[in-house]
Amino acid sequence: MRDALNQAMREEMTRDPNVFILGEEVGAYQGAYKVTQGLLAQFGEWRVRDTPIAEEAIAGVAVGAAFIGLRPIAEMMTFNFSLLALDMIINHAAKYRYMSGGQVRCPMVMRGPSGAAAQVAAQHSQAFESIYAYVPGLVVAMPATPKDAKGMLKSAIRDDNPVIFLENEVLYNLKGEVPEEEYHIPLGLAEVKRPGRDVTIVAWSRPCITALAAATKLAEEGIDAEVVDPRTLRPLDEDVIFESVRKTGRCVVVEEGWRIAGFGAEISDRVQRECFDALDAPVIRVTSEDVPMPYAKTLEKAYLPQPEKIIDAVHRVMYR
Amino acid sequence: MNRDEAFALYKQMLLIRRFEERCAQLYVEGRIGGFLHLYIGQEAVGVGAMSVMRPDDYLIAYYRDHGYALARGADPRLLLAELCGKFTGISRGKGGSMHFYDVPRGNFGGDGIVGGHLPLAAGIGYGIRLRNTDQVCLCFFGDGAVNEGAFHEALNVSALWDLPVVYIIENNRYGMGTSIDRASSVKDLYQRASAYGIPRREINGMDLLAVRNAVTEAIERARTEKRPTLLEAETYRYRGHSMSDPGKYRTKEEVEEMMKSDPVLLWGKRLMEQERFTQADLDAVDKEVLARMEETVAFVESSPDPPVESMYEDVYVRSPYINMKAAEKDPAWRAAIREDRVPPTLPPPAPAAAPTAPAAAPAAANPTEAAVPATAKVGS
Repeated sequence: MRDALNQAMREEMTRDPNVFILGEEVGAYQGAYKVTQGLLAQFGEWRVRDTPIAEEAIAGVAVGAAFIGLRPIAEMMTFNFSLLALDMIINHAAKYRYMSGGQVRCPMVMRGPSGAAAQVAAQHSQAFESIYAYVPGLVVAMPATPKDAKGMLKSAIRDDNPVIFLENEVLYNLKGEVPEEEYHIPLGLAEVKRPGRDVTIVAWSRPCITALAAATKLAEEGIDAEVVDPRTLRPLDEDVIFESVRKTGRCVVVEEGWRIAGFGAEISDRVQRECFDALDAPVIRVTSEDVPMPYAKTLEKAYLPQPEKIIDAVHRVMYR
Repeated sequence: MNRDEAFALYKQMLLIRRFEERCAQLYVEGRIGGFLHLYIGQEAVGVGAMSVMRPDDYLIAYYRDHGYALARGADPRLLLAELCGKFTGISRGKGGSMHFYDVPRGNFGGDGIVGGHLPLAAGIGYGIRLRNTDQVCLCFFGDGAVNEGAFHEALNVSALWDLPVVYIIENNRYGMGTSIDRASSVKDLYQRASAYGIPRREINGMDLLAVRNAVTEAIERARTEKRPTLLEAETYRYRGHSMSDPGKYRTKEEVEEMMKSDPVLLWGKRLMEQERFTQADLDAVDKEVLARMEETVAFVESSPDPPVESMYEDVYVRSPYINMKAAEKDPAWRAAIREDRVPPTLPPPAPAAAPTAPAAAPAAANPTEAAVPATAKVGS
């Protein structure tokens, strides 16, 4: 996954001199998670800019540079720190085109890991996609596989809208096939990650991998689960989800965020309205527990969506 | 600066003054809504700074932004239409008073978040460096912004990376109702730049020439040495923070004292004393500006309100990298276009009828006083 992201940036920086990266430790340190490894040596300090620990400046410099036609990639060491840059994203990146009556565009990407890592406690283990997906003017992408990560990041860099690109630290070591040839995957395109007949599981980013693990176990007891990965939350490719639910009649939505006002609520709202006649059971959501992330390993495991929780939810929508 | 230029700058300041006065009137009449922050009293800063910028330079400012757009050459008709929420407004009725953008003139507008545009100015500076041009970016903000974290982050990276940005504090002494004495640990705000090793200077913001000289020097430093500057222009707003502010935190005497160094008055006096203009010349240009305001109001009155469908426009840019089939279920994506919009160039106005009696009091007997646009005294 890490290499796929690195390749996407390297290829786009080679293709377009307007693309540059800035963030904490992206250059000399080779990236806090090594995603930007080798880029400083290849592109130099003006295009791979180490910044002070100043998230508002990182995001704001990206927004300002994007206004005059550059294509910045602002790396957040983790999205937990993006809270310090929220004003730049929500009040500036997402709003200037609108407030200017279409005069301004902000072709930037803000990317970095989001969600829980391993035992880093409450301030470093948060899933914020729902906050960003709430805001009109933003595009919110969350790849779960190396192939998606590369193809979607290339689209995000080329797209002329501000894109919030949420990676996942735990998935950085995930292995997977990546096409040799040049490709990109449009944002706003969902994918069925595992076809199935009996139940639809909608999940993105790390929970999508968890859902695939759950589906494998469900298969052992004869339940054929279909796993749908929206890949992009805004804009949401809802038709792929609806099509799946109309086929299976049952739907479980899994996310790593908190339950209240989580993005899964948006999906289940749409599914219940648009697929009402097809549903054989209410939509059930699996989320993280509604508390800050605890430190202890046992508690962390209990907090997150696990395959067992997804399996339990599938049993409930199938009345088993 | 030659004689014609000096006179043109007087006219610019006067246009801003008369524009703002008309805005106040329209606000009271309920034709302008929301927040309205007037630039009256501060005209010399924007006009002086803008007069030494190059056409390809950039500027980004805060919400008290009418003066910059006018000084940079935006059509007042598009601006007043914006204020009245018309479809013909420079931001198509989506921005209002605080958001006057004029991108063809390098104007990235008024930002509504105190200090929020300073990191953006640094970003514009970074983009200039990356493209390796000799453009500069001017960034205007009030004294309230220096206490925001964004100010410090922006100044630090501007110095660290040698960004060609001129930061200009318009110190009008009050962040809304809180005086700088109650808000800033250091009273000389320009000294804040010393923390970042940034060249700094205090200027009399009521004196157009002083502003021009200081900004010229700062722009030159940015253009040739790629270094930022922090300027503090000491100025004053005669009106409240916004139209809803009666200004009870300061005395009438203080306001009157400051109005004696009115920038328009000072510059008019100079034109008469040093450039051989007469009171009649100044009166004639005032009449011309007032007539222009009448044309401006007439344009706005004949302008349509935005159609409701336009609400969905200008959220996104249409993109080949988005699955538009899915996205277009959302009206904001359906309405997205590929291009950026450019504010229209309007034909010259039809010759207007003689201006109706201006809200101005008759000119005073003293020629120095007579140079003051009389309605300035409506303040506070």
